[in-house]
Amino acid sequence: MNDSDKPRKKSAFSRRGFLQGVGATGGALGTGILTQEEAQAQTAQGVITGETPITLTINGKPYKTTVEARNTLLDVLRNNLDLTAAKRVCDRGTCGACTVIMEGKAVYACTVLAIEAQGRKIETLEGLSTGNTRHPLIDAFVNNDAQQCGYCTPGFVMASKAMLDRTPSPTEQQVKEHLGGNLCRCGTYMGIRKAVVEASKQLKGGARA
Amino acid sequence: MPNYSWPEMKDRKVIGKGIKRADGIPKASGKAKYPSDLNPPNLLHAVFLTSPHAHAKVKSVDISAAENMKGVTAVRVISGPGTELQWAGTEVAVVAAEKESIARDAVKAIKVDYEVLPHVVREEDLSKVGNRARPAGEQVTGDPDAAFKEAGVVVSEGTYSIPVITHCCLEPHGQVIQWQGDQVRYWPSTQAVSSIAGDLGQNLKIPATQVHVQMDYMGGGFGSKFPSDRWGTEGAQLSKASGGRPVKLFLDRATELTIAGVRPSHHAQIRVGAKADGSIIAWESKSWSSGGFGGGGMAPIPYVFTKLPNFRLNHSAVSLNAGPQRAWRAPNHPQASFLTCVALEDLAAKLKMDPLELFLKNIQYTVRPDTYKSQLAKAAEIIGWKQNFRPRWEQKGSIRRSLGIGIATWGGAGHASTARTTINPDGSVLVECGTQDLGVGTRTILGQVAAETWGLPYEAVTVRIGDNKLPASGNSGGSTTVGGVCSATRKSSVNALEKLFEAVAPSLNVPPDQLEAIDGKIRVKGNPDKGMSWKQACQKLGTASITETGANDPRNTLGLNTGGASGIQMADVSVDMETGRVKMNKFVSVQDCGLIVNPRLTESQIFGAMIMSCCAALVEERVMDQNTGRVLNADMEFYKLAGIADIGDLVVHLDITPEHDKRGIIGIGEPPAVPGVAAIANAVANAVGVRVPQVPLTPRHVLAAIAKNGRNA
Repeated sequence: MNDSDKPRKKSAFSRRGFLQGVGATGGALGTGILTQEEAQAQTAQGVITGETPITLTINGKPYKTTVEARNTLLDVLRNNLDLTAAKRVCDRGTCGACTVIMEGKAVYACTVLAIEAQGRKIETLEGLSTGNTRHPLIDAFVNNDAQQCGYCTPGFVMASKAMLDRTPSPTEQQVKEHLGGNLCRCGTYMGIRKAVVEASKQLKGGARA
Repeated sequence: MPNYSWPEMKDRKVIGKGIKRADGIPKASGKAKYPSDLNPPNLLHAVFLTSPHAHAKVKSVDISAAENMKGVTAVRVISGPGTELQWAGTEVAVVAAEKESIARDAVKAIKVDYEVLPHVVREEDLSKVGNRARPAGEQVTGDPDAAFKEAGVVVSEGTYSIPVITHCCLEPHGQVIQWQGDQVRYWPSTQAVSSIAGDLGQNLKIPATQVHVQMDYMGGGFGSKFPSDRWGTEGAQLSKASGGRPVKLFLDRATELTIAGVRPSHHAQIRVGAKADGSIIAWESKSWSSGGFGGGGMAPIPYVFTKLPNFRLNHSAVSLNAGPQRAWRAPNHPQASFLTCVALEDLAAKLKMDPLELFLKNIQYTVRPDTYKSQLAKAAEIIGWKQNFRPRWEQKGSIRRSLGIGIATWGGAGHASTARTTINPDGSVLVECGTQDLGVGTRTILGQVAAETWGLPYEAVTVRIGDNKLPASGNSGGSTTVGGVCSATRKSSVNALEKLFEAVAPSLNVPPDQLEAIDGKIRVKGNPDKGMSWKQACQKLGTASITETGANDPRNTLGLNTGGASGIQMADVSVDMETGRVKMNKFVSVQDCGLIVNPRLTESQIFGAMIMSCCAALVEERVMDQNTGRVLNADMEFYKLAGIADIGDLVVHLDITPEHDKRGIIGIGEPPAVPGVAAIANAVANAVGVRVPQVPLTPRHVLAAIAKNGRNA
């Protein structure tokens, strides 16, 4: 098993470090009710305010936008750039619904700061279809009914792509291990197992988009 | 009246086929826009301030600092001074702002003074809940006291618990909403496209006709997304207060898991009495449950074995300062199946009897003995009961393996629904229905039913759903959607086809009732060469399209749909006696479901229900903290769901037979979600050698049961 292309809970941007860097009253991640009491005891001082223009390289294209230091890559994709394939579900690096590929590795976009993503090669699910051409994973997910409500599906497709980019012929066991960082609520795992294996065969057959 | 009945099984070309889901590509390519993905121009973001206290009275709310923040467009107090709050997470105030980060800052600038009141948030120990338990009265059938005292009766006793779990929809509750002038545009994540406008309108005091609801996709509901809720009302009010700009208000994950709905817990002390041959003669239970402040109703126990001759039931509802219950896929049935099936398997163990034999021995006490008998046999065959079942008293070693049984029943007849179908002169066809696709494939099956009726390929039919301007259809709950929308589509498409026959008949010199639509042609019955293509037939319409409606009437379904589904699940697990870890090996579902419109989608839904049962049986529980009154695991790190490697191999057997098919369509959303926890809990007990009485079957609970009861070598 290749550890390096799995979404990692402990990235260079740990939750603790992230919150420290952002300021005492927390940022986009400080959404829980547990923070509200503490919030009331504090003023807004210590929060880094102000916006910075940045350029992100997404699916080979430059995107210019303006962000706050505390904005996650996920929120900037969804709110600033209208790239909404990556979903916000747990918002703290657990469920994988926001998985994108950065510099060839699957990452949770909710645990990456947008400003830190500058200069890096970012792939989102939107980049896997151009015109009528689709990455074989997309059709394999449909062929194997690897989706129900579909809200986790984009994250699974991107985590699967990150795996196949490095491990073109995974065994079913490897699929299970590599996709352990993504969660589905409707229960589509049976289809996903088959879809990834089917896509890997398609890719080897030269059908690659 | 036209003949609406389903075509014979052997004649079907589209119904019964595993057509791929209609919205698969948009979903898998990320192009599907869920309500939470919508970014209309001038969008504002809204965030709730919620109560950190489980029970408190609001003394004051100061929103002045928030109102004065740059970028804030509206602040509303929801729970003003004097309001008594009954659970942590209750909405106190809400802010709309240009950006979500500004709204979050503004929420933190709101000052609330609370008078904190005493709370109770845990119910598993009934002796500690004080006056929070409300007895629901006693039910007695037969003479349980006399039966328990009969000579030779063996009595098995146990106390069992299944905890509160949440829906944990991946798309949280919420909506984008815009209240401009007298019109509201409403994009909710909902299970109730046709009815939610009325619900919201009532809260906003405007007519439902002024609320336009649209929803193409939604990210999971499982019973929790019917009403417009406070987020709907407050979102609309914020929009109005912000000059009619659209507002996005979705719950963050912590709030979602705290207030957006739970499945009630269930705890029960159960005694079952049987003769030495395993015939059950008496049942006695004292149960209690909580689904939040409103308490919790009794699960229907003894479950499925409802014809037991003697029983006594006592139940108490426990009111807690915790988020309220909502319908959760088969309300109260998984709990009832768990309590009943574990009590029966413990009785079997006490009698040193194979539990499968005990279930069969008492099958006449069930509602559908013949069906359950054949399903038990089928499930036993698939899972290899004879080879793989090990009784508790024979278990030894450090890795132990065995099987367990769970049982289910459900209604599932179709809800009231109207569909409208259109045949155009150019041959194009359309089905419209104000229903919703929760991810189960509703879009797809509507197209299948219409295509079958018109003798067209599936791809020829355009389907429109997810809009309350379309003909009204019921909420998606209780497995009622498939029967409702398919029957309505069948009737409306038959009605439209009759009109087409009338237009075509003169040119073929036959009466309209001599025509049939098959393989893309309209032709004379018994004379396949006499006819014309669908397109040529539609040209006879001149310039006027045909539009016909059809409705499913639940009081008179014409046999198109019905209720009453049975199911059996069996689990095969291994348990590591040193670590307490449970591993799923295999999990089998045998399910009857009447006429199956799309076996691929049906199978997916059953897989999903089984996987949800793996979650609930092995890892899932809401943990309340009595000190703070809060949910300790309102996140997805510690509110656990099973992952892709945790579920073993799943096998679905659909009981597709002419006999079942004749019953018409039966919904499949709930039935397979019922028996899984029971099956897994029984397999674990049989493997470990002793009952693990508390779900989820985490290492902690497994090891505690082993420590308490000891183990064989």
